[in-house]
Amino acid sequence: MRVAVIAGGRTPERDVSLRSGHRVSHALGEGGHDAWLVDPGEVPLVEALRERAPDICYLTLHGKEGEDGTVQRLLDLLQIPYTGTAPFDCEVAFDKVLAKDALVRAGVTTPGWVVVEGWALRDLGAGAALAMVTERVGLPCVVKPSRSGSALGVSFVERAPDLATAVMAALSFAGAAIVEAKVEGSELAVGLVGTPPEALPLVEIVPKSGVFDYASRYTAGATEYFAPARVPAEIAAACTEQALQAAEGLHLRDVARVDTIVDPGGTPWVLEVNVSPGMTETSLLPMAAQAAGWSLAELCERVLRSSGSP
Amino acid sequence: MAEFSIDRFVELYAERAAGMSASEVRALFAVASRPEIVSFAGGMPYVQALPPEDVLAVVADALDVHGSTILQYAGGQGHLSLRERLIPLMTDEGVEADPDEMVITTGAQQALDLIGKIFIDPGDLIAVEAPAYVGALTAFGVYQPRYLQIDLDADGMIVDQLEEALVRGERPKFVYTVPNFGNPAGVTMSLARRRQLVALCREAGIPIIEDNPYGLLRFEDDALPCLRSMDPENVIYLGTVSKVFSPGVRVGWALAEQSVVQHLVLAKEAADLCGSSFTMLVTERYFAGDRWRENLSTFVDLYRLRRDAMLEALPEHFPDDATWTQPAGGFYVWVTLPGWVDAQAMLAAAVERRVAYVPGTAFYPDGRGRNQMRLAFCYPTEERIREGIARLGSLLEDEEQLYRSLHP
Repeated sequence: MRVAVIAGGRTPERDVSLRSGHRVSHALGEGGHDAWLVDPGEVPLVEALRERAPDICYLTLHGKEGEDGTVQRLLDLLQIPYTGTAPFDCEVAFDKVLAKDALVRAGVTTPGWVVVEGWALRDLGAGAALAMVTERVGLPCVVKPSRSGSALGVSFVERAPDLATAVMAALSFAGAAIVEAKVEGSELAVGLVGTPPEALPLVEIVPKSGVFDYASRYTAGATEYFAPARVPAEIAAACTEQALQAAEGLHLRDVARVDTIVDPGGTPWVLEVNVSPGMTETSLLPMAAQAAGWSLAELCERVLRSSGSP
Repeated sequence: MAEFSIDRFVELYAERAAGMSASEVRALFAVASRPEIVSFAGGMPYVQALPPEDVLAVVADALDVHGSTILQYAGGQGHLSLRERLIPLMTDEGVEADPDEMVITTGAQQALDLIGKIFIDPGDLIAVEAPAYVGALTAFGVYQPRYLQIDLDADGMIVDQLEEALVRGERPKFVYTVPNFGNPAGVTMSLARRRQLVALCREAGIPIIEDNPYGLLRFEDDALPCLRSMDPENVIYLGTVSKVFSPGVRVGWALAEQSVVQHLVLAKEAADLCGSSFTMLVTERYFAGDRWRENLSTFVDLYRLRRDAMLEALPEHFPDDATWTQPAGGFYVWVTLPGWVDAQAMLAAAVERRVAYVPGTAFYPDGRGRNQMRLAFCYPTEERIREGIARLGSLLEDEEQLYRSLHP
């Protein structure tokens, strides 16, 4: 097939996306496809796709525009098939304000949270209610931008007076911040491939600094990974079950990753879902695929095939 | 069960490599280099101002004059013809130099690394300005020093603080300073402070590393004497052609006492045998005629206008309680914002609004500088500078509103 791998873009995750894109494009080439990279940060996307018409686009854009349904809607208009989740479902999955509620509606266990909206602070005096936020979710808590990836703009808050600073930092990346209860435990990533998605072996994440932040994600050697995860079978099964339930509830397809944490009592909590999981050399999904005995080429092939299915 | 080691050599790396890690700020800079963004982040010289025909002419001239030598290895100290040719770049600032006391390095940045290599053992104390040039902190940082940070004011390094530290019994291996239009603060050390620093270090037997990349980019007033000219024996002087010709040729140098030069040459040979003959001899030809002086004055005029544009735009758009330095040359304005600002956290929002800067924390080894930022005026045009400062100003206004709303 003629495959345009779309990667790069103009978000802070540009470099990560390009690394993903190069690897996918190389792997597709190995699999016998005619694959090339298109970077919408460098060339106008529509023109590039008209100039060299692909049969399908393989999406490895990360962050806004790539994961929030924007590029997917454009490709729908151009009538070019693409890998991954449909636009509306992308929008829900990418925006944590929406995704958290969608997860709860799907019956998925996710840590308690409060949304702090920038406009509510500016126009509605929401700051006066800030103390209630930590009362509601407890301490320590995690503060995340509603729309961002790669743990950019995420901070951990131990003391209530630090919450305002963390909220401001998160609002630098997005219009709203999610303040979420911090669950201690083993971090497990669930890779999903296919439609309906099937789960790959779990990947256990052990950051040396104790925190899986941007530096831990993208500095080689800063984090240890185990695949399959070193957890009892029944816990792995419960965790996988939660991830599949999340995928079903959020209508994820072709490829996705669900990030979970298993508390010491054995309960899996879904932290977030990713509709465009990283494919870099330090990314979780390729590791999960490897644990399943798949090469990167095979992983990409399965994603491509899935996107052709109804 | 398989353990996935992303990096199979992870257990083998030296301790000194531990500080090297991916960062959010780097990720944001990847976006900041895009053309739609007004970037005050990088200190990139505006090399477009050099006429291409001048560059072609010196390359042709280098082949003509130096023949196949330009394709050959050089000595570790660098070509004598180049060392001789660089002397006028120092005499203009009062430094008398002997080519034997010079070693050519791959940019002055390599000189910083070599100095770290020959002077710093793990745990050694070194004195740096606060804020200090981030490239010096990363170059020295590899050798695992401890830092004695000396604050700056409008007259440069507050030498009294160094004196107090010496009285307390601290003994730094050396004092590192950028006395002219420093990076990042843009301030210049006053004559009185220069005298005080030179006398203090001479008496204590502590060498001074004088890094002078911007000295010739002076917009007004007369040049102050270089520290090296005040005490040649105790000052190691670093120069570069990056700001007066091109950073692409990677030609810098150290000027020091014979014994230090010997150590530097041996360290340089151990690192890379020698610099590039090609770029050394092209640089030699560039400084052979008088054309470089004309080009330099073009550069200075251009940067002065850009500095003016920034200093005019700042009071118009920045909060009343922000302060900034008034550089008389160089590339940088250093801004101190109200205490509630976190310039590092704000960078993402700035990039979203198509403007970028370097957060102040980069320039301190201890996490200070959260409410500070470095603005480089060297690269964007005056119009873009005004636009970029307006964008930052409007962002700061919104951030203040947000801050107030979070602290009712």
